[in-house]
Amino acid sequence: MQVRGVSKTYRLGEVEVHALRGIDLELQEGELVVILGASGSGKSTLLNILGGLDTPTRGEVRYRDHILSNANDRALTRYRREHVGFVFQFFNLLPSLTALENVELVTEIAAHAISPREVLERVGLGDRLHHFPSQLSGGEQQRVAIARALAKRPDVLFCDEPTGSLDYPTGKRVLEVLERANRDLGTLVVLITHNVAIAAMANRVVRLSSGSIAEVHVNPTQASAEAISW
Amino acid sequence: MSRLHRALIRDLWHLRGQVIATALVVSVGIGAFVTMVSTYQSLARARADYYSTYRFADVFAGLKRAPDSLAATLRLIPGVAAVQTRVAEDVVLSVVKLAEPATGRLISLPSAAQSGESLNRLYLTAGRYPSPWSDDEIVASQTFARANSLSLGSRIGAVLNGRWKVLRIVGLALSPEYVYEVGPGMVVPDNRRFGVLWMNAEGLATAFNMKGAFNDLSLSLARGASSKDVIDAVDRLLAPYGGFRAYDRTEQPSNRFLTDELGEIEVNATYIPAIFLAVAVFLVYTLLVRLITIQRSQIALLKAFGYSNVRIGMHYLEFALLIVALGLTIGLTLGGYFGAGLIGVYQQYFHFPVLRYRLGLSLILFATAIALAAALGGSLTAARRAVRLPPAAAMRPEPPRSFRAGVLDRAGLIRRLDTVTKAILRNLARRPWRAALSVLGIAAAVATVVIGRFMFDAVNALMAVHFDAAEREDVTVTFNETRSRGAVTSLRELPGVLRVEPFRAMPALIRAGHREKRVSVLAVPPSGTLRQLIDARRRRIEVPPGGLVLTRKLARILGVVEGNHVLVEQLDGRRQQFTAAVVRLSDEPVGINGYMDADALAGLLGEDAPISGALLQVDKSREPALFASLKHTPAVAAVSIRSATLATIRAIMNRSFILMTIVMTGFGIVLVAGVVYNSVRIALSERGTELASLRVLGFTRVEVGQLLLGEQALLTLVAIPAGCALGALICRLLVPAFDRELFRLPFILTGATFGFASLVTLGSAAAAGCLVAGRIARLDLIAVLKARE
Ligand SMILES: Nc1ncnc2c1ncn2[C@@H]1O[C@H](COP(=O)(O)OP(=O)(O)OP(=O)(O)O)[C@@H](O)[C@H]1O
Ligand SMILES: [Mg+2]
Repeated sequence: MQVRGVSKTYRLGEVEVHALRGIDLELQEGELVVILGASGSGKSTLLNILGGLDTPTRGEVRYRDHILSNANDRALTRYRREHVGFVFQFFNLLPSLTALENVELVTEIAAHAISPREVLERVGLGDRLHHFPSQLSGGEQQRVAIARALAKRPDVLFCDEPTGSLDYPTGKRVLEVLERANRDLGTLVVLITHNVAIAAMANRVVRLSSGSIAEVHVNPTQASAEAISW
Repeated sequence: MSRLHRALIRDLWHLRGQVIATALVVSVGIGAFVTMVSTYQSLARARADYYSTYRFADVFAGLKRAPDSLAATLRLIPGVAAVQTRVAEDVVLSVVKLAEPATGRLISLPSAAQSGESLNRLYLTAGRYPSPWSDDEIVASQTFARANSLSLGSRIGAVLNGRWKVLRIVGLALSPEYVYEVGPGMVVPDNRRFGVLWMNAEGLATAFNMKGAFNDLSLSLARGASSKDVIDAVDRLLAPYGGFRAYDRTEQPSNRFLTDELGEIEVNATYIPAIFLAVAVFLVYTLLVRLITIQRSQIALLKAFGYSNVRIGMHYLEFALLIVALGLTIGLTLGGYFGAGLIGVYQQYFHFPVLRYRLGLSLILFATAIALAAALGGSLTAARRAVRLPPAAAMRPEPPRSFRAGVLDRAGLIRRLDTVTKAILRNLARRPWRAALSVLGIAAAVATVVIGRFMFDAVNALMAVHFDAAEREDVTVTFNETRSRGAVTSLRELPGVLRVEPFRAMPALIRAGHREKRVSVLAVPPSGTLRQLIDARRRRIEVPPGGLVLTRKLARILGVVEGNHVLVEQLDGRRQQFTAAVVRLSDEPVGINGYMDADALAGLLGEDAPISGALLQVDKSREPALFASLKHTPAVAAVSIRSATLATIRAIMNRSFILMTIVMTGFGIVLVAGVVYNSVRIALSERGTELASLRVLGFTRVEVGQLLLGEQALLTLVAIPAGCALGALICRLLVPAFDRELFRLPFILTGATFGFASLVTLGSAAAAGCLVAGRIARLDLIAVLKARE
């Protein structure tokens, strides 16, 4: 995945907000990349553009043979459907469906899906298949959300502060699941966090500052999710 | 303007789609109510004014012939205020531009000396009265003249008592006796082929050998007098003079029809608005609940700032009131507009000197009160929610909607469905009441469309039964008095006549216990094929010799069943009486009659089987020649032609029923669209985050649209059969309102009607749904990642 000279400008009446200014970045298949940065530095904006939810004001984003910058809604939807998985800070499960059904919802529209039961077992929820979201804890809900994202075997998994609303032990379990997905399935994982400790897991750490890349740090060795603590 | 009031206006604007949908449903309810009631009031008022100003009589009687001197005796009957004696004869008319013969009713005008106390006065719309000495000048019914493009100076040929005479129109008029100008035996007015003509008593009496005598009587009653007593006294006095039973206004054909029509409007004025206002209450309720849900934290904040519960409750009541006020304004405007339009339609059938549309203040106040009740009904429970919300709880976001495995899951019904369908079903099952009310609202709309087509179906069926099975003759010829059987021969010689079946229509009074009814007893030859008696399944009934067959409706009026005996009093000829057994009941849909075998009746009366007319089957290609000669045939009082009657009925159906279908279909569309739009908007606002997150996961707009609209689609599919059933039920309940002496509508709804209603409903539900679904494109996908649901 290649990002060339990407800028994003929001116009609020007279004022222009430069959320991203000329980002150049290359992401390799199978990498685990952590994006750090102060609040308002443009992390979410970048992730949204990479994930095909938004388009840049200037610059080019390519994923394999897709050009995402200036793609239309239909093309972006297809990109998200075929290649991308999302994990949100606030889970966003369908309250009317059980854990299993929430995963099935996605596998029904995917071409090479993993069996929903299997993927739920993999995130440690084999005994919670028929629980509704309101009957699950926050961490369990987040793991269902990850299972939902992984079930269609995405090539890229975008996570915007996946542990942001979770306590320490729960957050750690979630990170383990992400790590395992990256390792076992070879999924490119892009993870936004405020938590510097988490950066130890990454192959590379991208630090944003006021919409520009301040630093790209390559970790020679990655700590396992189990090993890190904060 | 206070902060709260400004917030009110902002909320109204923010929810404008639902506000408009709800206001429209209110406006249809109010509009329908105002239309019907104002039409009713305008007609009723026009009738009351007309009857009193033009002195419409209270009691009427026909007789064979009585000397003018009897009038003085009649005037002495206690309770009688005024007496008018006239000569009235039905004759065949020859109108220039009309191929067929027309039937004219000639009525004598009071002489100048009598005119002071005369009843049933004419409203002269053009020209003048005939000059005192003329015997060929006439005042024609304006309706008849217009329908035939006749004007002052036009001439009409008529056979008066066997002699050809040319009559000259010198005036045009309307009469309170003929507000609804319908000929004998007709269900709908055929103004080209039936008309009333007034001429000088002198000339008319001379032509019909009625000098110094009369055969038609009208009376007005003194205040407080009983029409029953007067009728009895009149009958006693007229008996020696061949009097038919006297009757009061309730049986006077024109007034009877007008009364029936007013009754029908009254029925429509109740149930249609009721349906709409009930749905409006539901919509106001759901709208407010949605608003209060959105504004939970705002409400809490206000409470924290010290706004009282009453003030906050009032805020939401005001919101409902404003919506209903908008609906009321549109409804009153619509009601006034359609009411005036409906009066315009009635003007074609009911002829008043003045029929002015009036929308009275009291009606406006009444409609306002109803709308107010609807607003309160919808908002009180909803506003109570806002009041009950404790400030602390309201500050927190609404807790996530909890779902549990429901009945559907336990029954194992849900397991095999696809996931989207599961989500839809669980969402419905979670709010069963809301779903049920939506179904009810949509079903009401389906029913409205079905009802709108009911008249069409029923009248079609009625005509099929009546004209295909019961009255199959092409032409009916009625003589001006009974003749011997030999008269048939002369009819057989007319051009194009293939078959002649004589009949005798004997005016009679049938009594059963204390009940009685004045009808015709029809005597038909046993071998007859042109007129058949039929049962409810359209099968031919044979008239058993010696027995009496009654129309089922007549049997009900008399309170008799098969096997009972009734007393039959002949009202013409030798006025004999006999007792007869009711052997069968017949189910013809038009008119009420008794039927007997012709020979049996003649035997009972000791007569030589006289006939009053004949049914003809004719060769279509020779109709013009036949009509031409019928115009000049002496002794014929009336000619009725099946093809013309059919054409007239069809024209009226097309005019009024198509209008009815359009209006009711429009109502239905508003209702479906209102309910569906509202529900889908609410679903979108409740589940917007959910849907946006699906879009993020790569669901297409169409797929997300399916999830959003699936619920309403399912409800609509359930509502359609329910609505068809509801419509059928309401029509079934309406049928008794059309169970009249003149005609009886069958309870029939065709598949086409149900299909039409279903399609209209599906179409407008889909349109309303898509209107909202368009907003899926505008769902903010990025906000989903940030916001807590
Ligand atoms: N829809 C928008 N309209 C206007 N400005 C926006 C919009 N979205 C983001 N911004 C601005 O763009 C800048 C970058 O926002 P972004 O959400 O990418 O920051 P972030 O790094 O994710 O911050 P956080 O860590 O708080 O989530 C911010 O200054 C923000 O105010
Ligand atoms: Mg962010």
